[in-house]
Amino acid sequence: MNRFFGFVKKEFQHIFRDVRTVVILFGLPIVMIVLFGFVVTTEIRDVKVGIWDRSMDPTTIKATQKIFSSGYFVPAGYLHSEKEIGALFRSGSAKVVVVFEEDFERNLLRENRAAIHLITDASDANSAQLSLNYLQGVLMNFFKTLNPDRALPWTIHMKSRMFYNEELKGVYMFVPGLMALILMLISALMTSVTITREKEFGTMELLLASPLKPREIILGKVMPYVLLSFVNAGTIILLGFLVFNVPVVGSIWLLLLECMLYITLALSLGVLISTSARTQQMAMFMSMLGLMLPTILLSGFIFPIDNMPRILQWLSAIMPARWFIVVVKNIMLKGTGFAFIWKETLILLGMTLLFILASVKRFKIRLS
Amino acid sequence: MGGMRILATLLVKEFKQIFRNRTMLPIIFIVPVVQMILLTYAASLEMKDIKMAVVDQDYSQASRLLISRFQGSPYIEINLNTTDYQEAVRELTRDRVDVILLMPHDFEKNLYREQQSDLQLVVNAINATEAGLINSYCTRILNDYNNQLRSEWFGLEGSGGIKSLEVIPRFWYNALFDYKIYMFSGILVIIVTLIGMLLTALNLVREKEMGTTEQINVTPIRKYQFLMAKLIPFMLIALFELAFGLVIGRLLFGLPIEGSVGLLFLFTCIYLFVVLGIGLFLSTISNTQQQLMFLAFFFMITFMLMSGVFTPTNSMPPWAQKINVINPVAYFMNVIRRILLKGSAFGDISREFYSLLIYATIILTLAITNYRKTT
Repeated sequence: MNRFFGFVKKEFQHIFRDVRTVVILFGLPIVMIVLFGFVVTTEIRDVKVGIWDRSMDPTTIKATQKIFSSGYFVPAGYLHSEKEIGALFRSGSAKVVVVFEEDFERNLLRENRAAIHLITDASDANSAQLSLNYLQGVLMNFFKTLNPDRALPWTIHMKSRMFYNEELKGVYMFVPGLMALILMLISALMTSVTITREKEFGTMELLLASPLKPREIILGKVMPYVLLSFVNAGTIILLGFLVFNVPVVGSIWLLLLECMLYITLALSLGVLISTSARTQQMAMFMSMLGLMLPTILLSGFIFPIDNMPRILQWLSAIMPARWFIVVVKNIMLKGTGFAFIWKETLILLGMTLLFILASVKRFKIRLS
Repeated sequence: MGGMRILATLLVKEFKQIFRNRTMLPIIFIVPVVQMILLTYAASLEMKDIKMAVVDQDYSQASRLLISRFQGSPYIEINLNTTDYQEAVRELTRDRVDVILLMPHDFEKNLYREQQSDLQLVVNAINATEAGLINSYCTRILNDYNNQLRSEWFGLEGSGGIKSLEVIPRFWYNALFDYKIYMFSGILVIIVTLIGMLLTALNLVREKEMGTTEQINVTPIRKYQFLMAKLIPFMLIALFELAFGLVIGRLLFGLPIEGSVGLLFLFTCIYLFVVLGIGLFLSTISNTQQQLMFLAFFFMITFMLMSGVFTPTNSMPPWAQKINVINPVAYFMNVIRRILLKGSAFGDISREFYSLLIYATIILTLAITNYRKTT
């Protein structure tokens, strides 16, 4: 046992000696959560709007003022011809162009209706739709004030309630995914690279020739990463709570237990990769392409699984992160208990056993 | 003339080494294709089917009429009809529905008596983007219905003195909201960057770690020859990858190529100078492949997320937009989409072009001076 602890201590020293990697290991979750919390947002802000006012009457001028005082839009200049619209879009200086028709106010007074064209650069389809919706809302509100004396008859009002995330913060979606990603990165990627490195440099032979059992060597190798992973999981939960007010509605103990399970799964995957990779480069690319990319893409981290084609939905079922994310969302955000997540937990447990068995089977004591 | 010959020999050696490596070939040829196809299909933020639960507590003609409006929409799939609100909430918790439409008691009575009525929409908002889209989509359906109600009431004779506004939206460049072509152009950027930055740097550090750099250092090969021989192959591979990607995008996804292909490649070359420079710089400050991978991963993911690949850079807070001044991926992401989707010409992208040119000069100078032949 003493020998084993000595080995674990050596492994710790090995990692912490390399200051730069340690800084990145601890810094990565912090930077990522800040990025996802503040930067990756689809909120509508400062959309550049060009105005082509063919009427230039008091109403259109007032409507223009209303658009720019709403806080969502910034002026991108005034146009005088249709040709300028394309130029504005191509140089990226406007996303939407508002066109007031000729004799706007006169039409409004005489015929009680007038038209506004909203021309949108839809090369980015989602933001185009969202900005259009906002713009429409602002304009509608303005024109309601033109009929001040009466409420619009025959109106059904819709009150929307946003469950689990009242303020529609993007970070709610990303915290569970980020945990899945970072735990996978540290546990699987780091483990696979470290073990392969020993193999590539031939030091694995030395270790195997030592009185340590192969089981102890592998356990000793993965131990530091278990700890690192836990620290990182804690950082993410804590930062999410302190900076973005992402709550842990359910039981924190259950959450930590599930984290433990997922970390074990990722570590066994890392060991499995290292048993089949010969060089560090191979291990890296196998982890990057086989684990990181699918974890980002197919787990429902950023992109909803429901939107994917059938084949990818099936493929996503074999991604451990997919199940882990469901578990974390349920515990953290919805506050549900074990009754809602036992199925996912069972799947994760099954996968873990499978990976451990496979790597035990593939692990060779004799190299080359 | 001797200099050129040495360079040529070194280039032959590098190419041989790259193509001999059995892990490299799939990485260059197969992985990008898989990425392009997989990513484009998987990375979709477009709204497809909204799963809805309807809780109709009024059960009147008016409520049914409105529900049929939602039912008629191609994007909404009603999964549950109930009068029990709690049951609907349970389904929401289980992720079986995305949104609950709740028609309260007296929905019809209020509508006919007061000409105003309320209904409630409950959205699962864990995914804020999706929730926002669902909400605005449902609002649009309701607004249409309101307008129809009013025009039925007032008949054809006009609007009863109510001034109304006709908003006519038009969507340029992508009227069908095809998210795939938007995403695909972004993925091209990711692939070119990955090869330019990561593979170059890995290659350099590998030699350093293995000690073979030392062997080259004792030969009369000059620093610039060695570095050029290291950078040129990956530059060519990255350019090849772009051409390859354009063909795949064109054939598989109908990617429009509105602008000039020549301009796109010219811009890509400048961009690659920057990315290779960063790769070289990262390789000078790391000693092992593991260190480098973490550094590169860190930079790549930060640059990528901030570049506007998924979300518009305009929505980012001011400090992030300031950081984006030094983010080469953001320039390229912006320009490639403008050239491909909107047909921007040189005049439209000249500011980005010159910015990257200056950037390339700075980063390459920095990286080359930082690179020491002697360790």
